[in-house]
Amino acid sequence: MLEIRNLTVKIADEDKQILNGLNLTVNAGEVAAIMGPNGSGKSTLSYVIAGKEDYEVLDGEILLNGENLLEMEADARAAAGIFLAFQYPLEIPGVATMTFLKAAMNAQRKARGEAELLTPDFIKQVNAAADKLGINRDMLRRPLNVGFSGGEKKRMEILQMALLAPSMCILDETDSGLDIDALRIVADGVNALRAQNRGFLVITHYQRLLDHIVPDTVHVMSKGRIVRSGGKELALELEKNGYAAYSEAA
Amino acid sequence: MALITPLKTAAEQQLVEQFASIKAELPGAGAMRKLREEAFAGFETKGLPHRRLESWRYTDLRNLVREAMPLARRPARPQAVTDRLALQTIAGTRYVTIDGIFSPGDSDLAGIPPGVSVRGLAEAMTEAPDAIAAAFALPEVARDDSALMLNTAFAQDGIVVEIAPGTEVAQPIVLLSLGSGASEAAIVSRSLVKIGAGAKVTIVELHEGVGAAPVQLNHATAFIIGDGAEVEHVRMVTRQRAETVQVQSLLADLGAHVSFDSVAVAVNCGVLRQQSFLRYGGEHSRAALRGINLLRKQEHSDVTLVMDHAAAHGESRELFKTIVEGEGTGVFQGKVIVRQHSQKVDGSMKSHALLLNDGATMFNKPELEIFADDVVCGHGATVAQIDGDQLFYLMARGLPRPQAEALVLAAFVGEVSDMVSDEGVREIVSREIDCWLGQRDGAPKPGAA
Ligand SMILES: Nc1ncnc2c1ncn2[C@@H]1O[C@H](COP(=O)(O)OP(=O)(O)OP(=O)(O)O)[C@@H](O)[C@H]1O
Ligand SMILES: [Mg+2]
Repeated sequence: MLEIRNLTVKIADEDKQILNGLNLTVNAGEVAAIMGPNGSGKSTLSYVIAGKEDYEVLDGEILLNGENLLEMEADARAAAGIFLAFQYPLEIPGVATMTFLKAAMNAQRKARGEAELLTPDFIKQVNAAADKLGINRDMLRRPLNVGFSGGEKKRMEILQMALLAPSMCILDETDSGLDIDALRIVADGVNALRAQNRGFLVITHYQRLLDHIVPDTVHVMSKGRIVRSGGKELALELEKNGYAAYSEAA
Repeated sequence: MALITPLKTAAEQQLVEQFASIKAELPGAGAMRKLREEAFAGFETKGLPHRRLESWRYTDLRNLVREAMPLARRPARPQAVTDRLALQTIAGTRYVTIDGIFSPGDSDLAGIPPGVSVRGLAEAMTEAPDAIAAAFALPEVARDDSALMLNTAFAQDGIVVEIAPGTEVAQPIVLLSLGSGASEAAIVSRSLVKIGAGAKVTIVELHEGVGAAPVQLNHATAFIIGDGAEVEHVRMVTRQRAETVQVQSLLADLGAHVSFDSVAVAVNCGVLRQQSFLRYGGEHSRAALRGINLLRKQEHSDVTLVMDHAAAHGESRELFKTIVEGEGTGVFQGKVIVRQHSQKVDGSMKSHALLLNDGATMFNKPELEIFADDVVCGHGATVAQIDGDQLFYLMARGLPRPQAEALVLAAFVGEVSDMVSDEGVREIVSREIDCWLGQRDGAPKPGAA
C-alpha cells in the first residue's frame, strides 16, 4: 500500500540531510511500528509523507497504492488517504473546532466527488466519535487545539482520524502526553479502525503503546534510514538493549 | 511664532481660490463664519499635510492631491444611489448623507427613538451658528492638523445627533454616507454626536462609494461623551474607487467613567487616512479603538491614533489587524500621551499585520509619551506572513490551500470583528470581510466550506 524507496531528503533552506536513502513498505491491513533514537528523522519522514513544504526531496519516491505522492500538495495527499496524527498538533486561534472538522470532512468528500455532509449528520458523527474517545462537548466548542492539554490534543488527532477514515494512518508519538487511561482509550480507537484495506505507521518510543496496538512489523530507524526490521518481538528487544547496537550501523 | 510655508502646489492654490469664492455660501454665519476663516488662515500657513510632517509621514496628501476637485453640489440622484439605499439594510434607524449632504428624504426621521434628536448639520449651523462653532472646537492634539483645518473651513453638511442624558437607545443609529461618484468632487462633511451623561448607544458610520468617478473626501465625526455614558462606535469604509483619496477623522472627548468602544473597518478603501484623536477629559474612563484593514492592489490605509490621557485612571486599548496583498500599504501610527497628573493610566496598543506577498507593505510606529510616573503602558507590533505550519496542518486534513488560507485569515481579523457587540452590525462587518476573502485569487466560492 505505502512504498517508500531510497527516500533522500534535506531541509529546504539548509544544507542538512535528514533522510538518507530510506526504504520502507507498509502493506494494506498491516500495522508497522517505527522506533528510533531522538533526532533520527522519524517526524521528518512523517512530514515528508504528508507533504510539508520545508523539505527538499533529493532522491527516491513515495507511492500510495502506486500513486506518486511527491507530486501532490498536502491536501491532495489527504484526499488520497494519507493521515498524519501530529507529534505536536498545531493550535489555530480563532478557528472553531467544529467549523474546521466540517470543512475538512467536506473538502475530502468534495475531492472524492461526494456530496457535502448535512449538518445534522455531521454533528451526529462528531458526537458519536467524540464520546468514544472521551472528548467532552465543551472542547469541540473551543478554537482548534487552543489551550488544550497535551493529552487532549492527541485525542483530538485521533478524533479527526476516525472522522476522516483515511487509508494510511501515520501516528507520530501519539502516546506521549497521554495518561494511562487515555492511552487505552486512544489505542482502542486506533484498533477499532484496523481493517483489511487500511495501513498504519506507528511512531513511538515505548513498548507500552505497542502492548495496546500490537504491530505486525517493527522497524528501527537510525540516522535517516531503516536499519533493521522484524516482528513485534523486536520492540521488546529494543526496550531491553536500547539503540547502542545501531548507532554504528547507519 | 508660526512658520509660514508658502502654498506651493496647484491644488493648494486652487483651494485658496475655492475658499474665496465659496465661503459666503457656506452655511453658518457669525461665530461659524469666523471659525471657518480662522481655520482656512491656519491652512494657508501649513498647506496640505505632507510626508515631512512626522504625523503624515506615510501618507503624503500634498503629493496625492494634485488637483483640488470642486466642492460637491447636491447631486441629481444617480440610480446607483437609489439601488444601494434599497440594498443597505441594517437593523436600526438610518440617516443618510449623499456626497456629504444630508438627505432627509432618505432618512428615518419618523423613527427617531425617544430621547434622540437628529438633524442636518447645515440646518443646525444656520439656526445656531454659535453652538455649532463651539462643538467644532478641536482637541489640543488635533489643532495642528491641516486636513482638519480644511474640514472646518469647508464642511458643507453632515449629521448632528444628540442623545439626552440617561437615554438607552436600543437599536443602532446608522449614519450612512454615500458617495454618488456622479462626477469628480470634493466631499467635505462633519458629523457631531453629543451623548448625554449615562446614555447608552451604538453609532454606526458607513462610508460607501457607489459611482464611477473618484472623489476627494474629508469627513470628521466628533463625539462629545458625557459622564458615565456607554458608547459603541463602528465605522466601515467600503466600496471606494481605487483613486479616491479620503481622510476620515474621529474626534472624541470623553467625560468621566465613560466607556467607548470603536471598531474601524476598511475594505476596498482606495487611499485612506484614518486619524483618531481621543481626549480623556474625566477620570476612570476607558476606550478601546480597534480596527481591521484589508488591502490589495494599490490600496492604502493609514491608521493614526492619538490617545491623550488628560485625566487619571484612564484605560486605553488599541488592537489593529491588517492584511495586505498585492501592492497595498498599511500604516499604523499610534501615540499614547499620558499627562503629568494623569496617574494610574493603563494603556495597551497592538498592531498586527499579515503580508501575503512580496509587494505588500506595512509600517508600524507605536509611540508613548508618558509624563506621569505611576502608569502601565505597553505596545506591540508584528508583521508576519501566514503561519506555514498552521497552513500545513489544515491542508494535511484535506483543505485546499485557498480554503486553508481563508480560514486562517478570517480567524486573524475575527478577533477584532468579534468585539462588535451589536449582532446585526457584527454580521455586516463579517459579511464584508468574507466578501473580501472570497475575492482573493483562487479563493473558495461561497458555500465551498
Ligand atoms: N526545520 C528543521 N530545521 C533544521 N533541522 C531540522 C528541521 N526539522 C528537523 N530537523 C533536524 O532533523 C533531525 C531529525 O528530526 P526529527 O524531528 O525528524 O527527529 P525524530 O526522530 O522525530 O526525533 P524525536 O524522537 O525527538 O521526535 C533532528 O536533528 C532535527 O533537529
Ligand atoms: Mg519526532
